[in-house]
Amino acid sequence: MSKSSAPTLFQVNGPTGLKNWKDYCADLSDTKVRGELIDDSLALQSDGKDLGIDWVQESYGIIYNKELLEKAGYKAEDIDSFDKLKACADDIQARKDELGVDGAFTSAGMDDSSSWRYTTHLANLPLYYEFEKEHNQEDDEIKGEYLDNFKQIFDLYITDSTCDPSQLASKTGDDATNEFATGKAVFYQNGSWAYADLTKAGMTDDQIGMMPIYIGVDGEENQGLCSGGENYWCVSSQASEDAQKATEDFMYWCVTSDTATSIIADKMGLTAPFKSAKDTNNIFSQQAVAMAKDGKKTVAWDFVYIPSEEWKKNLKQALIAYAADNTKWDGVKNAFVDGWKTEKAASE
Amino acid sequence: MGKALKRWWPLFMLPTCLAFMIGFVIPFIQGFYLSFCQFITINNTHFVGIENYVRALSDPQFSTSFFFTVAFAFLSTVLINVIALAIAQALTRKALKGTNIFRTIFFMPNLIGGIVLGYIWQILINCLLSNIGADLIALNSAAGFWGLIVLTLWQQVGYMMIIYIAGLQSIPSDYIEAAKVDGATAWQTFWKVKIPNLMPTITICLFLSITNGFKLFDQNLALTGGAPAHSTEMLALNIYNTFYSRAGIAWQGIGQAKAVIFCILVVAISMIQLKATRSKEVQQ
Repeated sequence: MSKSSAPTLFQVNGPTGLKNWKDYCADLSDTKVRGELIDDSLALQSDGKDLGIDWVQESYGIIYNKELLEKAGYKAEDIDSFDKLKACADDIQARKDELGVDGAFTSAGMDDSSSWRYTTHLANLPLYYEFEKEHNQEDDEIKGEYLDNFKQIFDLYITDSTCDPSQLASKTGDDATNEFATGKAVFYQNGSWAYADLTKAGMTDDQIGMMPIYIGVDGEENQGLCSGGENYWCVSSQASEDAQKATEDFMYWCVTSDTATSIIADKMGLTAPFKSAKDTNNIFSQQAVAMAKDGKKTVAWDFVYIPSEEWKKNLKQALIAYAADNTKWDGVKNAFVDGWKTEKAASE
Repeated sequence: MGKALKRWWPLFMLPTCLAFMIGFVIPFIQGFYLSFCQFITINNTHFVGIENYVRALSDPQFSTSFFFTVAFAFLSTVLINVIALAIAQALTRKALKGTNIFRTIFFMPNLIGGIVLGYIWQILINCLLSNIGADLIALNSAAGFWGLIVLTLWQQVGYMMIIYIAGLQSIPSDYIEAAKVDGATAWQTFWKVKIPNLMPTITICLFLSITNGFKLFDQNLALTGGAPAHSTEMLALNIYNTFYSRAGIAWQGIGQAKAVIFCILVVAISMIQLKATRSKEVQQ
């Protein structure tokens, strides 16, 4: 961004990223591409101006292996709460030799290639429920009201797992993908972006599905997948008028033209939140849309409010320590609640 | 010939000077200026005075990293040089066959990049730790520290060994023969003849290993990443994390201030070392 001809189009990852780049973002409120957005909440705002435009919607949840689940005598549709998920996972774990798997869940790897699935995506659920109740996402402090639920689901992940909890620190994202793709585990927490990896590894559309991450909150039978975006298009306000105009035209082309929308839907397998976007072949994204249509409540990506990378790193450390020694949950609490306060203060 | 050189030397110096200006002097001055600013991109800065330095020095993690780095640099310097000199001594003995092969083998780890080495050693050490039932590196700061030491030794001993071999070979053989004639033991020859004549080599090796120890970054990033809880985070990694893993517009400036302090520290320490060992050098 400090080059003499800097990029005119760049991405920020939500309100936290915007804090750094606010002064570089042009106001996109009146642009054509802004008018194409299907939902006004998808524009990233600051001081009443639309500075960023979410251009892709992704969803995550617990990916499951349909065949293995059926072999164990379960149906994904019947699992609609944490208790049912736990009963199912515990049962699969107990019968793992009979079913030919190494565990119910893939390894909850804490290597950097995988830890974000927990420190960002799983942590999103307790954050989401707290923000729904308290509306404190912009506050300097959070309470960690749903940490017990966080503990519950994390315990399930590491107990009914393919590997010993003390080994998690070295497990990678590829480890989990491989365990799932080779049928060594039934459940795998990840998102719609994993579709390409799984199909490339030989899995077919009728083998896989995605269910919401249940953490034991009241009314979660009605919970949907976690859908949202953290890729916001921004136009550099430092660029010349002409360049800004051209960039806006390019963005408009990307979301309206036949060529671009086809590429986004088919080649990239992404769901774009624009009026003329095409349906994607990504089965997870399709499921997310279907669930939303059924009236399931979509869980927002509230992790974009996480105050810094440092918060996630500290949470990761605490989770590794907890996995190796389960008396150390207080460390996770500290990283989650106190860490929020310190990091929030540090970012001001 | 001499005349032409006298007249044209500035022309021959020009490319190097230019490269030095562009690659070192200008960024250095700019970096120094930036440490007094708040900035996101470097051509759009806001002067804040010494605030960055105040915040850098009041960061407790910075001082923890400093002491960790000092401990590491000291231990690694001693071990690298002792082991490298010992191997160099062994491989300059005339009686030994295949010394060239051994020299090559010992030198080879140096050709592998720090990041790759870090990951390889992480796998090896984690394997060992999980076999003996200890906590993995991510939870084990002692293993992280010793892992870094082992890795650095493995990487740098071969390099220093080559320099020591060159030093040992440049000692005139009549000195050694004279010592032999006078009835000196091998041990006496080593301490009284070889070491004093090796002082210039020792100076350069100490300089390299001390500065390498302080500046260590990629090995640190790949092997431990500072885990657990920043306890194995060395200065360079601390600066990197300050710069990149914090949200908010203040942190780039603070990272930059830390980098300037870091630079002054390393220069000062290596100056002291150079002065101390130079004074021991003898003229042949």
